Amino acid sequence: MPRNVAIVGTGQTKYTTARNEETYEELIHQAARIALEDAELTLKDIDAVVISQAPEALFGIDHPERWVVGAAGAIGKPVMRVHTGGATGGSAAQAGFFHVASGLFDTVLVVGAEKQGDTPDAQLVLNRIMEPRYELPFGLNAISMTSFQAVRHMHKYGTTQEQLALVAVRSRRNALNNPYAHIRANHTVADVMKSRMLCWPLKLLDCPPRSSGSCAIVMASEERAKGMGKPVAWVRGVGATSTTYYMGDKLSGLPFNEHGDWDELALAAQHAYKQAGITKPGDEIHVAEIYAPFTICEVAAKEALGFCEKGQACPLEEKGWWDIDGHLPTNPSGGALASNPIAVTGLARVAEAALQVMGKAGQRQVDGAGTAVATAIGGTLQFHTVMVVSNRL
Amino acid sequence: MAEELVFIPGRWDITYNYAAGKVSSKFFAELRDNKRLMGIKCSRCGRVMMPPRGFCERCFAPAGEWVEVGPEGTIQAFTITVEKFEGNPDPPFAVAYVQLDGADTAMLNYVRGLDFSDLNRAAESLRVGTRVRVVYKEQRAGEVTDFEYELV
Repeated sequence: MPRNVAIVGTGQTKYTTARNEETYEELIHQAARIALEDAELTLKDIDAVVISQAPEALFGIDHPERWVVGAAGAIGKPVMRVHTGGATGGSAAQAGFFHVASGLFDTVLVVGAEKQGDTPDAQLVLNRIMEPRYELPFGLNAISMTSFQAVRHMHKYGTTQEQLALVAVRSRRNALNNPYAHIRANHTVADVMKSRMLCWPLKLLDCPPRSSGSCAIVMASEERAKGMGKPVAWVRGVGATSTTYYMGDKLSGLPFNEHGDWDELALAAQHAYKQAGITKPGDEIHVAEIYAPFTICEVAAKEALGFCEKGQACPLEEKGWWDIDGHLPTNPSGGALASNPIAVTGLARVAEAALQVMGKAGQRQVDGAGTAVATAIGGTLQFHTVMVVSNRL
Repeated sequence: MAEELVFIPGRWDITYNYAAGKVSSKFFAELRDNKRLMGIKCSRCGRVMMPPRGFCERCFAPAGEWVEVGPEGTIQAFTITVEKFEGNPDPPFAVAYVQLDGADTAMLNYVRGLDFSDLNRAAESLRVGTRVRVVYKEQRAGEVTDFEYELV
């Protein structure tokens, strides 16, 4: 049986386009130090380190875990780099959980950074995730491949561009309460609709910024965590599901095969909910930090997470259901539409969910947030992670 | 005095010669020489995979016989890229995942011959369920861009 695990500290640094005053390793070091201070621990207390690192071409240093061993406090300790594209941070947090839950390590640091401000060609890097025989020549990137999902969702449920815009408006409005967020703005639906089209139906303001920054969490065993005498975030459930590279295989109407619905995320959520004893996610989860770099992603995710019926995420959005004072606030931090430091976007979701149940989320705190869920997605919408955290065991 | 920050220019420029393997090589030869699109059947479940590959992920079984698919099919998803991205063709251009008749999965390619002056109208013309046909290029090099789709 796995041991109980808690998140006992978090550290984030300001997300912005370019962090030119720090090197990549310095960003890692900053987040690691802040998380250790928050946990009231020192490096001596850390038994192992997990490094959250996404495509290295985004900042142009190959095999980058080499560079950051010292910055991450991993000298003399086991280190593991985790990379599942956009899901990297979610997978890294789960790897940290597995370290502690296994009983082999008592206290683990999970840390990562993104520095895509060092290249103007982030979408070229994300084009190079396509294989060369059949798909590389078609100019795909993160935006166009997500447009396929939007097209499917619009076709199946009648979702409109104006409804998607509401997700962007709420996210960046929430970001006004988050000092770490990159884009903090009071946009209107009209602003989103007027922003220039990138890949139909996704417009500039349906898309995330290119962000740099860093994030870390400290995870500890039940024995360690209980001895700390402070609020911690208990990991109540984890789930992960992966799916095929071939997007065209998810577009043919076979069962468990729908690009627009994210059946894989639903499966990952079912695993996590079962561990956490959650049977009515729409009522038992009080706040969600959803990895949604594009507006459509949050819509599809909420439906896959069982927060509402299929096709209902947008109609409920129009009623304020997901607002910070709504029935189930989503992305009170602003989420990935406000800040998208790819290597740690998923880790930031976990950190933000932990802050909510610890009651330490400041201006963005959701009242009565006892249980929170954090998700991440990566690849061509292939890797899905779900983590449930709670203020009690 | 403001502190000066140093920037070091860099560029990754690496040559590859990707071996496409026997299965894909046959697909490309059929496309170039015979203007045929060939899918491949799973040896166990029999689903016809497009584009063809050496195995079925679902059954974890090797691919079996070749089957000709098309020449028409149905759009399952599409997008119209309007923004210029480094390394991409000049916009606007449309691509679609099309389930060719006789195939069980959808394959990506450009959709040609569209009027992009009204984007929403162009998108409407590509909506899921729209029928398209395969058009082969005159000069074929044995690569995936030897064919395109156009509206029926």
